[in-house]
Amino acid sequence: MTGTAPTSASEGVAGPPGPPGPGATEAPGRRADEVAFPTRRSYHDLVASYKASGFEQLSDLTAVDYLTHPGRALPPGVEAERFEVVANLLSLSLRRRVRVRVQVPEDDPVVDTLWDLYPGAEAMEREVFDLLGVRFDGHPDLTRILMPEDWEGHPLRKDYGVGRVPVQFKEAPGPR
Amino acid sequence: MSDGFDPSSTDPVGGVRRAPRAPVAETSEGAQELGTRSATPSEELAREVGAAVLRIPEGGVVDAGDIDVERPSDETMIINMGPQHPSTHGVLRLMLELDGETVLRTKPVIGYLHTGMEKTAEELTYVQGATNVTRMDYLSPLNNELVFSMATEALLGVELPPRATWIRMLFSELQRISSHLMWMATNGMDLGSTSMMIYGFREREMVLAFFEKTTGLRMNHDYIRPGGVAADLPDGWEDDVEVICDTVLERTYEYDELLTGQPIFRERMEGVGSISAEEAIALSLTGPILRSTGVAWDLRRTMPYLEYTKLDFDVVVGTYGDNFDRYAVRLNEIRESIGLVRQIAERMPPGDYRVQDRKVTPPPRARIDESMEALIHHFKIFTEGFRVPEGEVYVAIESPRGEIGCYLVSDGTSKPYRMHIRGPSFVNLQALPTLLRGGLIADAVATISSVDPVMGEVDR
Repeated sequence: MTGTAPTSASEGVAGPPGPPGPGATEAPGRRADEVAFPTRRSYHDLVASYKASGFEQLSDLTAVDYLTHPGRALPPGVEAERFEVVANLLSLSLRRRVRVRVQVPEDDPVVDTLWDLYPGAEAMEREVFDLLGVRFDGHPDLTRILMPEDWEGHPLRKDYGVGRVPVQFKEAPGPR
Repeated sequence: MSDGFDPSSTDPVGGVRRAPRAPVAETSEGAQELGTRSATPSEELAREVGAAVLRIPEGGVVDAGDIDVERPSDETMIINMGPQHPSTHGVLRLMLELDGETVLRTKPVIGYLHTGMEKTAEELTYVQGATNVTRMDYLSPLNNELVFSMATEALLGVELPPRATWIRMLFSELQRISSHLMWMATNGMDLGSTSMMIYGFREREMVLAFFEKTTGLRMNHDYIRPGGVAADLPDGWEDDVEVICDTVLERTYEYDELLTGQPIFRERMEGVGSISAEEAIALSLTGPILRSTGVAWDLRRTMPYLEYTKLDFDVVVGTYGDNFDRYAVRLNEIRESIGLVRQIAERMPPGDYRVQDRKVTPPPRARIDESMEALIHHFKIFTEGFRVPEGEVYVAIESPRGEIGCYLVSDGTSKPYRMHIRGPSFVNLQALPTLLRGGLIADAVATISSVDPVMGEVDR
């Protein structure tokens, strides 16, 4: 397991974290969202502790492939990996959002599922699996959701080229 | 890669590969489809019948082994509905397990409209980006533009002039009216009320005509852009807006007579497709579906953006979370939006409709003829675009369908490194197994309609 970098002090498993992490920008006048950087091992526990402290809903779950942008700003102690799974939690009672960003290495792109905490994660995690190829351990039905079942590759990865439509009136053979 | 795969069909640039064509299997989505009960693992089965959601509020964590799902092997039948079905609002495909006429399990199969818009966004500059996102939720395109523009502005750190903000609010509310009218129309049609379909489209046409007058287009406007809006309101816009408000408000009372008080309509809507507040929150549902369960969660009120704190409006909630409550929430939201449009029109501040920052918005056309610098700025913005500082941001607003969010990552160039849209329809579709379970197949059409999915946004 490579994602064992220690979490920064204020963003441990137990309590709600402190100020937004570096690189987080917020609209002027808006209160900044909190950002937490757990390790892969503490990811599920951290989200569970957030849920217990009043974050009832998972607004959004997505991922980013940082292949061509490795030098992004991260708090000290967090080791940058190729993939980053980003879960946006929402507390309806506290009217607050928190963003949980977990680093996922390229050679073992697996994180724990949030489906057992938030059933709404089901389709979102399938989308991340389909488009970025990050697998979710414990997900009930991890199949492709947007792409056809026989598709090869994961289109939102940065090393996946953009498709081109062949031009009819040139002789160049197209991809299809 | 073996049988029949032609290496010459591989794109040399990026490796866009397609699997060898297998004529028989071409229409099959394999594991994405609904399987027989014996072939489905218990976690998945629990999800398909909606049982996994029910367990959440008590225990906090689902243990799939605890969930008892009966496994009757015979007497049930799996049928396919869509994607070419007139009542699925586009290309939604549902697979249903039926016991007689009762729906036991549901699985939406989506992706038939997937065009890779998030990938496309990485190839477009921020200036072009609004043109891309506006095509996602094609029934409320201005909300898509708004959330993308707000995310870009959050990264840029620009402050908008007040008139730009208020024009945005005006269009956001008009869009809510037109989108809900469209929903009333199609929902009426799904229940056999063809007159409602015609009336809904007739009223929506008024709003679209005003959009066309202002933005030049009826849909996919690219009107709200990073830095403000594309053009100022046309002369006499107050009168147009006034006519829309008066007419639509009056017509909503006609809808009351046509539908709300109509026994057949109520019979088909009340108590059908119910969902509880706990289930709705657990499934990440937002918008009218969440509010129909009695949760007063509306981002305009609870996490205000633009200038909604300065306006007076009610958050409409239901009680039972059934089809009728969702209908009533939307109908009354039209009325609330009309009130909001009136307030905005009354208080529309004068001034600039976009931020006067030459690094973000182009100079006025007249300046280009006289100023070399203006010409350079114009050229730079429309070729290279503007650079956005490094960072990441999540911005969410209340679209007619729920929370539409934009997660934007910038690497400091003029194109987004990653742009993700949290489509409310995509998430809301997860409610279908819970909504349809135990209901009749004849009510399924009405229930699908009450979720109000827009497939362009589901599949993106």
